[in-house]
Amino acid sequence: MISERPLEITSLTKVFETPEGKHVAVKDFHVRIRPGEFVSLHGHSGCGKSTVLSIVAGLQSATFGGVVIDGREITAPGLERGVVFQSPCLLPWFNAIDNVILAARQAHPELPSAQHRAAAMRYLSLVGVGEFARSMPAELSQGTQQRVAIARALSLEPRFLLLDEPFGMLDSMTRFELQDLVLELWERDRKTVILVTHDIDEAIYLSDRIVLMTDGPEARVGLDLAIDLPRPRERRMAMEDPEYFRLRGEVIRFLEHSGNQFAKEAA
Amino acid sequence: MLKTLENTALAFTGIVCMALLWALLSATVAPDLPSPLKTWEESKLYILHPWDKRGEMDQGILRMAAYSLFRVAKGFFLAVLIGTPLGFLLGASPLFHKMFDPTIQVLRPISPLAWLPLGLILFRQSEPAALFTIALCSMWPTVINTMQGVRSIPQDYLNVAKVLRLSPWKRFTKVWLPATLPFMFSGYRLSLGLAWLVIVAAEMLTGTPGVGGFLWQEYNSLIYSHILLCILTIGVVGFALDRLMGMAEARLRAA
Repeated sequence: MISERPLEITSLTKVFETPEGKHVAVKDFHVRIRPGEFVSLHGHSGCGKSTVLSIVAGLQSATFGGVVIDGREITAPGLERGVVFQSPCLLPWFNAIDNVILAARQAHPELPSAQHRAAAMRYLSLVGVGEFARSMPAELSQGTQQRVAIARALSLEPRFLLLDEPFGMLDSMTRFELQDLVLELWERDRKTVILVTHDIDEAIYLSDRIVLMTDGPEARVGLDLAIDLPRPRERRMAMEDPEYFRLRGEVIRFLEHSGNQFAKEAA
Repeated sequence: MLKTLENTALAFTGIVCMALLWALLSATVAPDLPSPLKTWEESKLYILHPWDKRGEMDQGILRMAAYSLFRVAKGFFLAVLIGTPLGFLLGASPLFHKMFDPTIQVLRPISPLAWLPLGLILFRQSEPAALFTIALCSMWPTVINTMQGVRSIPQDYLNVAKVLRLSPWKRFTKVWLPATLPFMFSGYRLSLGLAWLVIVAAEMLTGTPGVGGFLWQEYNSLIYSHILLCILTIGVVGFALDRLMGMAEARLRAA
């Protein structure tokens, strides 16, 4: 079955041409993601985790290697991959629902526009901001805007959700709310999720697996950590569960060894 | 409210000061310069009956201004029609930009007085030559602002367009155009100002009825007060045009 094929990132290498010469940001990055899996990419800032996600999204191209979905290499963005960026990136000249309709129409161009509107409204309600459908982005809080952005990504009806530090700019209360929202959405239909984050607790709380990247340049997979905490998860876990402490410790130990060293020791 | 009143009073005082200086100059060092009073006496026929038509080049000042405005509108429309797509192309395509930007930078500073003879040769008639000159001279702010607007579309919006796989047409109407609109309008405002600036030169050389043409004719007929009438009219109309465009621009930004 085609949908059972994993998303595969194979020997992904990204070289940037800079005035000072070639900069190898990511080298031989290798990850295989099962359908329905929730995977976090984690590492020190600037390690190239966003670069990897942006290549998976099709916004950048790999220098060597690449990303394969359903046995086909990715060269451009696709509707099967919904992306949520760090900033909400709503188009400021459209109100919330029109921003979502833009995506809903792409998913089903054959349907009449009343249905796009209905679908957009459904997704806005699903993420809890139905009441703001007619508000302009500038009138909405960051958290609400990000919810609209999530609704926009969902309305593409994608199989993959690519989240690029989507909660990075939010205050912690709002961040918690949105983490729970994403978790809830994921429990609902088990889309394959790749989340780039620099928040350890966020990564552990949400993921099935954390892929820790070594420090750049030439960042690669330093540690592939399975998170076997039972689901549904509760935030309380972070205070009580010894397994949670163990996992957290492991991530911190990796980060403290500044990534590269750790990988060398492990090798 | 009080502030506006104060500002209006100050502006009015400024105008009075300038008129006094004008009167002083005409009374002392510049005897050929008609005094404000003389200018009024000799011009009031044109101002009090602004829409009269007594002859081809003897018409009320408003009628003259209307001729000029109509001509400017045509030239400006042409400039916008050519300048906007050109700006989009320059902004969107680095290749196009590298190819044509140097040429544009060379064409930009050329005075209307230089283009006009070429227009007369090309079109053999004064009206199209005037439009050609107005369009060619006033186009550049539109071109350059539109180009800047396209180039400064935030990468975020472009990424959204890519991720949603918008068609080129939708990318243009839903992202590029709205993102560029404020820049375009700044360009239009500057272009309109330039078009109005060019009109006088164009009409002077082609001798067509309008404030510029009238000005030149009255210079040749040695009626200097009418020159001042024309100059003031040009200034007031130019000011009004800029204000109107400014209001349109402000409304656009608010929307």
